[in-house]
Amino acid sequence: MTRAAFTAALAAALALALAFLVLPVVAIFADTSPGRLVSSLDNPVAADALWLSVRTTLTALAVMVVVGTPAAYLLATRRFPGRALAVTALELPLVLPPAVAGIGLLAAFGPRGILGEALASAGVRLPLTTTAVVLALCFVASPFYVRQAQAAFAALDPSLVEASRTLGASEARTFARVAVPVCLPGLAAGTGLAFGRALGEFGATLMFAGSLQGVSQTLPLAIYASFATDFPAALAMSALLVVVSGALLAALRIGGARWAGPTGAVRLGDDARAARAQTAQPA
Amino acid sequence: MRRLAAAVALCAALASGCGGSSSAGGPDRIDVAAAASLSDPVTAYARQFGRDHDVEVRVRFGGSDELAAQIRQGVPADVFLSADAVLPAELARAGLLDRPEPFASNRLAIAADPAGPVRSLPDLARPGVVVALGSDGVPVGKYARHAIARLPQPQRVALLRNVKSSEPDVKGVLAKVVSGAADAGIVYVTDARAARAEVHTVALPRSLQPAIRYDAGVAVGASPAGLARRFVEGLRSGAGAHYLRAAGFGPVP
Repeated sequence: MTRAAFTAALAAALALALAFLVLPVVAIFADTSPGRLVSSLDNPVAADALWLSVRTTLTALAVMVVVGTPAAYLLATRRFPGRALAVTALELPLVLPPAVAGIGLLAAFGPRGILGEALASAGVRLPLTTTAVVLALCFVASPFYVRQAQAAFAALDPSLVEASRTLGASEARTFARVAVPVCLPGLAAGTGLAFGRALGEFGATLMFAGSLQGVSQTLPLAIYASFATDFPAALAMSALLVVVSGALLAALRIGGARWAGPTGAVRLGDDARAARAQTAQPA
Repeated sequence: MRRLAAAVALCAALASGCGGSSSAGGPDRIDVAAAASLSDPVTAYARQFGRDHDVEVRVRFGGSDELAAQIRQGVPADVFLSADAVLPAELARAGLLDRPEPFASNRLAIAADPAGPVRSLPDLARPGVVVALGSDGVPVGKYARHAIARLPQPQRVALLRNVKSSEPDVKGVLAKVVSGAADAGIVYVTDARAARAEVHTVALPRSLQPAIRYDAGVAVGASPAGLARRFVEGLRSGAGAHYLRAAGFGPVP
């Protein structure tokens, strides 16, 4: 096979992939003018759904970052029995169908679930609430963050950590003032991926949190509900999600390139700079 | 290169296999889009009809409003079985469906968690009770809201305050009750009956019952049109009607 023919075959494959993946997105906008996009926010269903999506996604992200960052640091920096199992268990939701996630959340936190009695006696009823939405988002999206954070911490130059200790920083301080700032690009990328997944979550939310305007009807659920009754509104809300997700992806790409740049645009605190200076010195 | 060629050939084969004529089924298949509440009897009827007429009957179930929206967007169906008369009439006006006809009736009931607090209609309005309904687009949700609208105002307001989920179809309402996520939901008697092992059924008084009529329509350009029409005919007065009665559906009002 000649080189030209091979190139042509590659180009054909790329063209096919591009056409298939781009066409539905373009089609959404073909029927939705920018004016229509803005006016869709006057629709209370869309406005409530957008606001709820933003609120629940940001809350879920905060939980993921606060719990996930130290957990990922432990997995990346220590060896202990059962570590591989823990890593696999944390990643499992990545490959679970959302319907399975929904059933699992009900079986765990529903009134008949494993923790149902304990929650009921504490006066807590989770299903069909905004909290249930946040839990569903955490379940499906946190593996994206933890995985990325773990990879970032694993790639951390061990001599940096060593230097920080030599300079007298405690392990906790090394984590907070050296590891996290140096790994910030990776952590940010993980946050972005988790944000994207959480914003698009549908199945687990519908099953565990139900669908109620202002309470549990996030943007994807509102799109589904409007599909049958108001197709143009569903299109406008879809366009809105494409814009938000596309902006996120672009920010990730641009931000990632900037962080990874050789000039080291990463602004580090004093501790991290000192550790870096220390490692740069000849032993 | 040979592998690549094989892959291209496979893609082409898949594409031609999936590409359809404007009708849904083709010569030996009819596609049926049916309201979620019809799932048990229509699945059984479709199996028998397929055997009797040596034709493949493919049925997909969903909220009637969702199925109608799909048909409006060009997703093919030879037969549309709706839990109301409004959606088929709209499709007929749009030139997509040929003269819809009624084929069954139904009633509403409360499906309650057997371990939960709901034993009667007034219980639905008690503070703290969690109620699931169909969304206001899907027939079961519209009917439930009609019924609720006939309640005295304080009871109506209290009940609507207890509604914590608007589900896309009646199976979603039932699932919320069966899983314990909701204490009760308003469903069709036929669904409550099908799930009687898992839910406690509370009858709704006749004064609250809206008229529930199921209409069937054959798509314009359905193929094979004769078989599609015969399928609908059987629901009105043949084997299909038998399955519908057995599941608790009423005759045409």
